Amino acid sequence: MSEALISARGLTKRYGDFTAVDAIDFDVAKGESFGLLGPNGAGKSTTMRIIAATSQRTSGTITILGRDPEEHGPQIRAHLGVVPQQDNLDTELTVTENLFIYGRYFGLGKRFIRTKIEELLEFAQLEEKRDVKVDALSGGMKRRLTIARALVSEPDILMLDEPTTGLDPQARHILWDRLFRLKELGVTLVITTHFMDEAEQLCDRLVVMDKGKIMAEGSPLELIKTYSTKEVLEVRFGSDRNKEIAPTLRAMCSRMEELPDRILMYVEDGEALLEEILNKKLHPTTSLVRRSSLEDVFLRLTGRTLIE
Amino acid sequence: MSNAVAIADARANRVGHQLYAGRARAILERSLIALRSSTWVPVATGFVEPVLYLLAFGYGMGELIGNVTLGDKTIDYTVFIAPGLLATSAMNGAIYDSTWNVFFKLNESKLYQGMLATPLGPLDVALGEIIWALFRGLSYAIAFLAITAPLGLVPGVSAVLAIPAAVFIAFGFASFGMAITSYFKTYQQMGMINIVLLPLFLFSGSLYPISVYPDWLEFLIQLMPSWHGIELVRDVWFGNFDSGTLLHIFYFLVMIICGLYFTTRRLRDLFMR
Repeated sequence: MSEALISARGLTKRYGDFTAVDAIDFDVAKGESFGLLGPNGAGKSTTMRIIAATSQRTSGTITILGRDPEEHGPQIRAHLGVVPQQDNLDTELTVTENLFIYGRYFGLGKRFIRTKIEELLEFAQLEEKRDVKVDALSGGMKRRLTIARALVSEPDILMLDEPTTGLDPQARHILWDRLFRLKELGVTLVITTHFMDEAEQLCDRLVVMDKGKIMAEGSPLELIKTYSTKEVLEVRFGSDRNKEIAPTLRAMCSRMEELPDRILMYVEDGEALLEEILNKKLHPTTSLVRRSSLEDVFLRLTGRTLIE
Repeated sequence: MSNAVAIADARANRVGHQLYAGRARAILERSLIALRSSTWVPVATGFVEPVLYLLAFGYGMGELIGNVTLGDKTIDYTVFIAPGLLATSAMNGAIYDSTWNVFFKLNESKLYQGMLATPLGPLDVALGEIIWALFRGLSYAIAFLAITAPLGLVPGVSAVLAIPAAVFIAFGFASFGMAITSYFKTYQQMGMINIVLLPLFLFSGSLYPISVYPDWLEFLIQLMPSWHGIELVRDVWFGNFDSGTLLHIFYFLVMIICGLYFTTRRLRDLFMR
């Protein structure tokens, strides 16, 4: 691994009796797109805030660009662009004014910021909204503006906390496209998400978090390879029959998960298994063969689905 | 290395660099931009209010009251209340900006959270917001003086000092107001501020000398910041400088320092802990 921009060892954050982040270790390399994947309350946002030098750890160590956030908070924040989970744009100001004043918070010169604004408006596809107040923007536009705002200081690391939560599919795809572009430009991304597809699309490497702990680490592909099979067969027999048939099915595959509404069977060849089931005259009401995803990895690691 | 990093690194070895980035200016700049597109109604009412009081009490009730004794001087009632009303409007202006506006930015728009994700520190935010709040006090004071001077209510040149005095007490109220607001979480708690303020101003000697009260009440009022503010402006208005004036100044110095201290601490605890 090349030079680590962020390096955490035994990182822990407690609020009273509650341990939000429980002794985690991770490194983020320069130019990498690093993901923290897990359900709500897994400790992802807390970890993000510690990296962003806006929350102090209880114990363990962390360095960002070789510095300790407890001693060099302002200097570390100067390196970062932060996109929080909830937009906190300045609703009293217009799109350009938001970008301008944010640059001023970093102490940047007016001329520099004005040139930068043109570049950012183009990047965020907001040129036509430049003089519009923030409240009049759609959810997707607000998100893009928040990302553009985070880029005004030319950060080394862009921190994105649940970047597409609450957006419609089209807006998500536009946003992913923009983030992909940043990745190509060599910006280091740190992303939290509870969407599998988002993690698969954007992250070179990720850690799966649950209850403050890191459960697994690797590239999306490695994680799937290690913790799941190539394919998954999803079958439904109706909620009454699921229970009755489950033991028969269990004998037919290496691993099986019974969810409230369906049964997941983990195999190398889904079609072949389905044929076998049909041959036994067990007629599922619906069936689907698909490739394993990070959702399956999470289920395997925690026994729970990500979005409950 | 980007500009932002170079700017932050330049301060890395200063004492208190985690709390203050030396850029309260940027917060003021933000308020100035926001002002361009904001509504002028609350600004205007804050200015009109003391003028209305002056008309109603000074020229209305003042006809019945006649003169008031202040120290060894006897003065017209309208002249007596003018500095009190000036002080009151400066304080009200400072409080409006440092309470309701701050509450909104703290809890609704999450503006401070955004600011503190940058290299800015909590003292930058506190100072910037408080200084902005006292600008309103300054503009009210100037406007009030501009109206009362032609009416012959200004006794002498020293009354010009009422402008810095008004700014000074506005500073005290703004930092205290922001400190208290930063601890409030609900609109009900915020409503308390208004309930406390009105009697504080009505009974703190703006409309009549507090010597009319029984001793215990007079003593109680003398502990209130509103009384010290009104008395300070009245002292400079009439050129009555004595040890009391120094005490008022000291009172507000303490208020400013305490307000800044608690606001900074609270912002740090809320957004950086």
